[in-house]
Amino acid sequence: MKKLTPTKRAWLVAVSLFIAILLTLIISLNLGVMQISPVDVWKTLTGNGTSQSSLVLFDFRLPRMVIALLIGAGMAVSGAILQSVTQNELADPGIIGINAGAGFAVVLSIYLFQSGTITASTASIFLLPAAALIGSVVAATLIYAISWKNGVSPIRLILVGIGINAAFSALIIVFQLKMDPNDFTRATVWLSGNISGTDWTYVYALLPWILILLPYTFLKANTLNTMNLGDDIAKGLGTRVERERMLLLLAAVALAGSSVAVGGGIAFLGLVTPHLVKKLVGTRHQAILPITALMGGFLLLVADTVGRNILSPSEIPVGLVVSVIGGIYFIYLLIKS
Amino acid sequence: MSFLNRFSAAKGYKQSRPMVATFILTGGSVILIFCIAFSILYGSADIKVSTIWQSFVQFDTLQTSHQIICNLRIPRALAATLIGAALAVSGSIMQGMTRNPLASPSIMGVTAGATFMMAISFALMPGASNVTVMVWAFLGAGLGAGIVFGVGSLSKSGLTPVKLALAGTAVTALLSSISSAIAIHFNIAKDLSFWYAGGVASVQWVHVQLLAPIVVIGLIVGLTLSSSITVLNLGEDLARGLGQKTFLVKIIGTLVVLLLTGAAVSIAGTIGFIGLVIPHITRFLVGTDYRWIIPCSAILGGILLVAADTVSRMVNPPFETPVGTITALVGVPFFLYLARREGRAKQ
Repeated sequence: MKKLTPTKRAWLVAVSLFIAILLTLIISLNLGVMQISPVDVWKTLTGNGTSQSSLVLFDFRLPRMVIALLIGAGMAVSGAILQSVTQNELADPGIIGINAGAGFAVVLSIYLFQSGTITASTASIFLLPAAALIGSVVAATLIYAISWKNGVSPIRLILVGIGINAAFSALIIVFQLKMDPNDFTRATVWLSGNISGTDWTYVYALLPWILILLPYTFLKANTLNTMNLGDDIAKGLGTRVERERMLLLLAAVALAGSSVAVGGGIAFLGLVTPHLVKKLVGTRHQAILPITALMGGFLLLVADTVGRNILSPSEIPVGLVVSVIGGIYFIYLLIKS
Repeated sequence: MSFLNRFSAAKGYKQSRPMVATFILTGGSVILIFCIAFSILYGSADIKVSTIWQSFVQFDTLQTSHQIICNLRIPRALAATLIGAALAVSGSIMQGMTRNPLASPSIMGVTAGATFMMAISFALMPGASNVTVMVWAFLGAGLGAGIVFGVGSLSKSGLTPVKLALAGTAVTALLSSISSAIAIHFNIAKDLSFWYAGGVASVQWVHVQLLAPIVVIGLIVGLTLSSSITVLNLGEDLARGLGQKTFLVKIIGTLVVLLLTGAAVSIAGTIGFIGLVIPHITRFLVGTDYRWIIPCSAILGGILLVAADTVSRMVNPPFETPVGTITALVGVPFFLYLARREGRAKQ
C-alpha cells in the first residue's frame, strides 16, 4: 500500500468504499424484522417478488437506505468544507449553528404542536423537516452576520458560532423540560438523529440538494486547498478569499441543513469522516471531498443497518449508532497513528 | 500552525493587562460577596434580613426560616460560587494547554462520563440517595477522562493537546450516545435531563464539605502552574526550548481539570457555557498572562453562577429555570460583543 502514488491510493480507497457500499446495501436489504432471503430480494428487485416483500423492500427499506447514503454524504462533505474553511480540526456542521438551530426549531414546534394535535397528514410529515431547515438557516445567517466586520475571519466565525450555539442549546433545554415525557422522548430521538419512517417523499426532497451541491463543492476543491493554508497565503495565490469563503459556507450550510432537516442531529459524522478520510488519502481536497462523500454515506448506511437490527424489533436512532461506530474507529485511528 | 498564530495575533494577545486584572480581582470579589448575600436573601420564601441575621447568631432548629437560610440557601450559594470558579478555571487551563478556542472541560470526556454513569445508575437503581448519585457521577467523570487520557497517551506519536482534544470529542460522542440510547430504552430521558440540567438546586452541606477542599486544592495547583501554562500557550516547541518539562505540566494540568470539573459536574450536572466562555471573556479582558487569567476567571465564574442561580429562582417562582440556560443567555450577548470587538479581521 505504501508504494502507491497518492492518486492511485485515492482511487483504490474510492473503489473499495464503493464496493463496500454495494455489499452493505445487499446485506441491509436482507435484514430486518421481516427476513427476506437474497433470492427473494433478487426476485423482487427484478419485478417477480410477492407483493408483501416488494412493499417492504421498495417502500420501507430502499428509501431508508438511499436517505442514509444521501445524508451521510451531505453531512460529511459539509464537515470537510468547514474544517478547511475555519482551519480548525474540531469544527463540524454544529459550529455554524446547524444542529442547535435546527434542534431548537424542532423542539419548539414539538412543544407548540404537542403530540396530540399532530396527525399523520401530509402537512405534518413536513412540519419538522421544514422547521429544522428554517432553524438551521436562521442560526447560520445569524452567525455569519454577527461575525461580519470588514469580512469574516475564521477565528471570529468560530467564536460567534460557540456563542450562538450555547444560546440555542440553552433554549432547547428550556422548552424540552416543559414537555411531557412522551414529547420529551420524541424530541430526544430527533436530536439524536433518526431516519426511521423515511419514505420516497423525503428522498425526492433531499436528492436535488445533494445532486447540485456535491459536484459544486468538488469543483471548489482547489480553492479549499489554498484556503486551508491560511487567508494570507490564499490571497497571495490569487483566491478571492472573502467571496469564496461565503460561497463555501453557503454550500456547507445548505448541505448540512437539508441533511439535518431529514435526519435530525447527526453532527459527529461531519466531524469524524473528514479525519478518517485525511488519514487514508492525504490532504488534497480533490481526493478528500468525493471520498468523504462515499465514506459518510457508507458509515451512515452501516450505522442504520446496525441500529435497525441489533435490538430488533425496537430501533436505536441512527445518530447514536454512528457516534458509537465512528467514535470507536476514530479512537483506533488516534492510537494507531 | 498558522491558525493558532493568527488566533493569538488577532486578539491582541501579546499584552497582558495587570491593571484590569487587579480591578477584576478586587472589584470582582466585592461583587461576588454582594451576589452571595443577595442569593441568600432572595428566594421563594420571603425572609427578612433581621431573621437572617438572627439565624446566624442564635440558630433555632424549630424555625422554618432559619432552616431555609442555614440548610438550603447558604450551602447553595457557596456551592454555586465554588462550582462556577471550578468550571471557569478548568476551562482556562484546558484552553491554555490545548491552544484551541473550542476546548472546554466537557471536551475531556468528564461530563459525558458522568452522564453515562448517571444513565446507568438511573436505569439500574432508581431512587438512590443524593450522595450515592454524586459518587457515581464522580466515578463516571474519572472514567471518561481516564479513557480520553488513555487513548491520547497510547498513541504511538505521543500525547499532543490537539490529539487529546480529538480523543475527548470522540469519547464524548461515544459515551453520550450510549447514555442517550440507555435513556431512550429505559424511558428515563427526562429524569436524566433533570439531573444534568439540575444545577445547584438540591445542594446540601455535605456537598459543600466535599466540594470545598477539592476546589481549593485545584485552585492552588492551578495558580502554581499558571506561569508554565502561559509559556506552554506560546507553543509546545518554544516551551520545551525554554526548558519547560511540558509533559509534566500537561499531566498536572489535566489532573487539575479532572478534579475541578469532576467535582463540579457530579454535584451540579452539566452547566455548560461557563467552562467554555468565561475563559474567553477573561482573556479578552486581562490579556494572555495565565497568572492573571486563572484567578480572574475563578472570580468571574463564581459571580456568573451565583447570579445565574439567583435569577433562575426569580424568573418563574416557585419553579426554577435550569441554571445552565441562564448562564448561557446572560453570557452570550456579552461574549458576542467581545468576540466582535476584539476578534478583528486581520487586514
